[in-house]
Amino acid sequence: MPDDAGFRLREKPADPAPAAPAPRISWAERLRQGLARSSNQLTGSITSLFTKRRLDEDTLQDFEDILIQADLGVETAMRITDRLSEGRYGKEVSGAEVRRILAEEIEKTLQPVAQPLELDLEKKPHVILVVGVNGTGKTTTIGKLAAKLTRGGLKVTLCAGDTFRAAAVEQLKIWGERTGSEVIAKQIGADAAGLAFEAYDRAVENDSDVLIIDTAGRLQNKAELMAELEKINRVLGKREPDAPHTVLQTLDATTGQNALNQVEIFRNVSGVNGLVMTKLDGTARGGILVAIAAKHRLPVYFVGVGEGIDDLEPFKAKDFASAIAGTEAVSAP
Amino acid sequence: MFDSLQDRLGSILNGLTGRGALSDKDVSAALREVRRALLEADVSLEVVRGFTDRVREKAVGAEILKSIKPGQMVVKIVHDELVATLGETQVPIDLNAPAPVVVMMVGLQGSGKTTTSGKIAKRLTERQGKKVLMASLDTRRPAAQEQLKVLGEQTGVATLPIIAGQGPVEIAARAEQAGRLGGYDVVILDTAGRTHIDEPLMVEMADIKARTRPHEILLVADSLTGQDAVNLARSFDERVGITGIVLTRVDGDGRGGAALSMRAVTGKPIKLIGVGEKMDALEDFHPSRIADRILGMGDIVSLVEKAAENIDAEKAAAMAKKMQSGKFDLNDLADQIGQMQKMGGMGGMMGLMPGMGKMKNQMAAAGLDDKMLKRQLAIISSMTKAERANPDLLKHSRKKRIAAGSGTSAADINKLLKMHRQMADMMKSMGKGGKGGMMKQMMGGLAGKMGLPGGGMPGGMPDLSKMDPKELEALAKAAQSGGMPGMPKGLPPGFGGPGGGMPGGFPGLPGLPGKKK
Repeated sequence: MPDDAGFRLREKPADPAPAAPAPRISWAERLRQGLARSSNQLTGSITSLFTKRRLDEDTLQDFEDILIQADLGVETAMRITDRLSEGRYGKEVSGAEVRRILAEEIEKTLQPVAQPLELDLEKKPHVILVVGVNGTGKTTTIGKLAAKLTRGGLKVTLCAGDTFRAAAVEQLKIWGERTGSEVIAKQIGADAAGLAFEAYDRAVENDSDVLIIDTAGRLQNKAELMAELEKINRVLGKREPDAPHTVLQTLDATTGQNALNQVEIFRNVSGVNGLVMTKLDGTARGGILVAIAAKHRLPVYFVGVGEGIDDLEPFKAKDFASAIAGTEAVSAP
Repeated sequence: MFDSLQDRLGSILNGLTGRGALSDKDVSAALREVRRALLEADVSLEVVRGFTDRVREKAVGAEILKSIKPGQMVVKIVHDELVATLGETQVPIDLNAPAPVVVMMVGLQGSGKTTTSGKIAKRLTERQGKKVLMASLDTRRPAAQEQLKVLGEQTGVATLPIIAGQGPVEIAARAEQAGRLGGYDVVILDTAGRTHIDEPLMVEMADIKARTRPHEILLVADSLTGQDAVNLARSFDERVGITGIVLTRVDGDGRGGAALSMRAVTGKPIKLIGVGEKMDALEDFHPSRIADRILGMGDIVSLVEKAAENIDAEKAAAMAKKMQSGKFDLNDLADQIGQMQKMGGMGGMMGLMPGMGKMKNQMAAAGLDDKMLKRQLAIISSMTKAERANPDLLKHSRKKRIAAGSGTSAADINKLLKMHRQMADMMKSMGKGGKGGMMKQMMGGLAGKMGLPGGGMPGGMPDLSKMDPKELEALAKAAQSGGMPGMPKGLPPGFGGPGGGMPGGFPGLPGLPGKKK
């Protein structure tokens, strides 16, 4: 069982799946490339801040600002700033030390949520429902995840539950072709819950290991749209009480503090039990993930670092933390 | 959008306005809070810094400490600075160029380019009578071209036929040519989403620009964007020179800091905002109104405009006349409820009213929603003409019949009648008092209280945002126990104030159910 496949099978000591081919570039390298620009900026400002300075009120304020700028959120920024000032107030601190503390703090928050996606094949199919705000990358993530799972020897069925957006079905069908997975779809405007129900039956029929259900993007403050999402869970529950076994929410790394609201509401309505952070290949630092981890403690299974089929990587706390803080320490691949 | 920022800034500044004298320290403390509120709203740090620095400078320069009402001076300065940051005036899409005018849409993946392209095309077609052609240059995301084609079919706008295997620059050139030959007024190019550090794609974007010479290059950006907003806006502006910004997902509950950030770093106007998933959910962006809303002063102008769009002027005049005569029957009440529904129901209106942000939440929590309006209309429609004209006729047996007919209960009907009586009484007193009494109280304006130039606020609005929270609570409570005595205070009923007020009369909101669901 490869450590970095990003998923594992529950209670199955003998892994039937062949090991996923090792990624061409390591996850950390890729993430570092993505984060390079922002990280340079961040570490640059920290270094300039602490080269020859005493730790006083102004310095701490500046430090807090830098963290806020990485979208860590005011609360998280203050917590890390407090940690920094403990026992060091008034003393001189070097940039390297600050980076180390920063990385440590971020890692400490993220470590508990960096978990692999666990598939329970006792339940066949294991149902994964993918939810999130419009444009956060649900369909693309499903495509990449399907590729990952099929490559791992699992049979996957996809359900084109986004029956609202024009051509969303076509988009998923193309991913179906690429990964050799069957796609269950209906015309635009069809009832998503009904479709999910049929897809479940179909997945049982064709003996799939995993059923991944796409949904239409929706803003979390649209009550009636969120109610529709609830209905999908309810309807699936009629066939299999535990379904959906996994509810994945996609989060856009460029999103600011609103991501906290997104997670809170989607979790309440739809029972989100895992996160995927997408679009980490830009300059957005995804610092909001630290705030989300601190507040919601939901596992983060994957990060999306590009548009290619392989650009979905397991989430690793240490790498993420050091990439944000700009420290050299990288966990062995 | 902006609601929670409004709550934060409102309470910070409230702390200042009540005070007679302010020290330097008070101002600094308030500004620190403002700074934090802006940061939490995702306004980029560099923009926040500039903002608070300018406010501080002006506050000192304005000899704020000597002025009679220093707190209000600070509020005014913050307001002015917000307006300056967001841009002074509304800037529409510029089509003032030889046809076909090329409009190019750029932005990150998932920011809403394709949907926005469809919305703009529909708007230009329907409102300005333009002949529009759309073309998708997104050859990367699966089915992206298909998506635009479907949107074209839905909105009745032509799309460039898809030729498989063509590259984005080729498609762009073909679109421009088709636009010229086909006699189109506007060609909208929907480009693929790209991150601003993806060098090959940024080069491709520049090539498309060079090839088609777009008159408008619109950056489509998610209003929920965090601190990265400055980077992306700046990069896109530097690489292709955007001419404007379209903010999407403004109907989310984000705090809209990205709007401030992107306008500030690029100096380019926000031209349009996307406010929903439907193809007509696209609105003009009015900077000063948004600034008013952020400071909790409500978007009165929008409200009045919305009312003007939806309310039949003749009906309004007739209503005003009736109100003056002190007569107000159930037919009139039904009209009013109908008009309210047209204006976006209770939620839509409350959001636009000053200081009503908090109350809106309280009302929602109490289960006051637009269903109630429907129910009340159902009750009235179940009455006979005679009953509507003369509600006194309604005795027990009639009420029973109406309850059965409208699917409500006698208690609901009593509530409606009570509300109607209260409103009718109010009309009467207003009719008698003319513009004195009640009106005077209502117009006990904000202008003086706030120390703001009167410009932005038509009519005078009592300054609800400055009301004691306890008062507001009482108001909300009153609202729940039927009738809504608070509302008339907030909305100049009918014949408006000096500056306009609401056309069509608005004597209190149709009553609100008590405990019932």
